[in-house]
Formats: sequence, structure tokens, C-alpha cells
Amino acid sequence: MSFINYAQREINCKIVYYGPGLCGKTTNLQYIYNKTNPEAKGKMISLATETERTLFFDFLPLSLGEIRGFRTRFHLYTVPGQVFYDASRKLILKGVDGVVFVADSQIERMEANIESFENLRDNLQEQGYSLDKIPYVVQYNKRDLPNAAPTTELEEVCNPKRVVSFEAVATKGVGVFDTLKAVAKLVLTELKRGG
Amino acid sequence: MTNQLVMYEEELQQINTVCDQLQRDSNAQAVLVIDKNGQPIATAGDVESLDVTSLSSLTAGNVAATGGIASLLAEKEFAGQFHEGEKTNVHISIVGSRVILVVLFDQRSSLGLVRLRVKRASVELTRILDDLVRKSQSASAPSILAEITDDDIENLFND
Repeated sequence: MSFINYAQREINCKIVYYGPGLCGKTTNLQYIYNKTNPEAKGKMISLATETERTLFFDFLPLSLGEIRGFRTRFHLYTVPGQVFYDASRKLILKGVDGVVFVADSQIERMEANIESFENLRDNLQEQGYSLDKIPYVVQYNKRDLPNAAPTTELEEVCNPKRVVSFEAVATKGVGVFDTLKAVAKLVLTELKRGG
Repeated sequence: MTNQLVMYEEELQQINTVCDQLQRDSNAQAVLVIDKNGQPIATAGDVESLDVTSLSSLTAGNVAATGGIASLLAEKEFAGQFHEGEKTNVHISIVGSRVILVVLFDQRSSLGLVRLRVKRASVELTRILDDLVRKSQSASAPSILAEITDDDIENLFND
């Protein structure tokens, strides 16, 4: 749910990074945080376990510049990827304006990608959203690993609608900002259409 | 976008007035109004030392998690929460099912006083929020979104 603040001339949107456990959602946010000017970002919060697995969510507020005198602010969230945190994932999807589905390119994680993508669809539906309507992009992460599956194969299972997709190596920042820009653009375009 | 939250100058001023009064009447350190998705809406009192953005996101997460617990227990919602610290206490309540009202207070106030004042402020906030929803849904409301062009969006990313 976007928040249009005429009093403070701000457009606020929420983007959620979704995907299976250890696919690199938090790494995406960490890279964005590290490479963004201090004046354009707030503090990054990670609610994680002692072993640095996401327990509830990561949160990063970003400012992307002005449109017609309105500051565009994006709140980036990740969900916990591990299967048993499903209740938390549902909560984080509330009020979402755009989704980045991060797939793990490793061939061994294909099943986990499928399961997470189906879980995204189900949880969106439960909140009254639909993958047919909500702006989303797909990121194929870990492209540098030797066991990475061909992107054509990943497209088959993680991108049935053939939305915009990106190859990425989040640890090195490859594809990270391209993914963010693409989803932010889609969200603003959808807002404009809805408004 | 039926779910969109919109804030106008007039209503924000009214909300600020309610927050200021609540902060004074309850001897609180600070008062925050946050949307349920974690966007800060209004603040009053001593917020200079606070990271309002982070506080808002975490409070909304907390309220969402508590709401999740409520539905597991077949409760509609837990309308209020109280966290007791060594120096600072936090009173959190949901107003009009739409926004979260947070009061930070220390030994200069008490939970009883805060609860009492929050009750009155909640009634006023609910009225303002109802007006806001009506206004944003009316055809006469201005919309920045209608003015945005594809070029505007494109230019935002040309760095």
C-alpha cells in the first residue's frame, strides 16, 4: 500500500524481496546499503538469528530522488526464506507495492525455488493480491557458481509470466541495482496508472 | 489502488495537534503516529534523538506479529501493548484499525495516565482518519499520480 503524503510531498512505497532460504535476499539489501550515499538511505535493520539467518525481516529505507517535487521513498524488506517461517512471510507481504523474486541459480536449489515461488503466489492471494496484477521482477542470483542451472531452465520454473528478469551475483553487486531500478520503475508506473 | 493511504496538509495538521496535546497531557517524551505498514505519519515531543524511520518499521512489524498471534488465538486483535524499560516505557495501540499510536514515556508519567490520554486522543484520531479516507476517495481530491508521466519515471533513473 503506497502512502502519498501531500503535506510532506512524499511518495512512499514498499518493495519485498522474496525467495528460498539462502538465495541472497539479505545480500541484495546489504549491497544496496553499502553502495548508497548516506543522505539517500536510513539505517539497515536485520532481525536475524545468532547464525545470521533472517528471523523476521531486513529493512532498508531508500530515497530515489524527486518526481514533480515529490520525494520518492522506497522501503525495502526481505522475508525469512526458511520454509517454517511462513507466518512471518505473510505479515511482511501486507501492504506490498512490488516484489523481487530472488531465485538461487544452483541446480540443487531448483525445487526450493519452485516451492518458494508457489508460496509467494499463495501468500499474495491470501492478502488479496495476485501475481497477475502486482509489479514484480525476477532475479537469478549466484550466476558465478559452477553448478548454476541455465537461465532458460530457471525461466521455465520461476518465471512463467516472463516478466523482466536479471542475472545477478549479489555478493559482488552484479545485477543488484538493475533489479531494484526495474521493480521501482514498475511500481511507480503502476501507481501512476492506478492514480 | 483502493488500499492507498493519502495524507493532506489539513489532516496532517489536525493529527499533529492531537499528538502535541497527547504528549503534553500525558507528560510523555514523545508521541508517534505510524501507518500499519511502517510509514511514519506524525510525531510530537522529543524525537530529535530517535531514529523515527527504524522505530516505525519495527513497531509496525511488532504490531503485525502480535496481530498474527491474535488471529491464531481466534482474537480479532490485541488493541494495545506495553513495554517496560529501565528508563523508557512504550505504549502501543491501534487506532481505528488503520494506524498505530506510540507513546514513549519515563518516570515523569505513568501507564494509567498514558492510557487515559491515549483513549481520548484515539477518538479524535479516528474521526480525522475517517475524514481523510472520505476525502481521498472523493473525486475532487488532487492527485499527483495523475500528473506523473512516463518520462518523469524514466528521468528518476537516469543517473
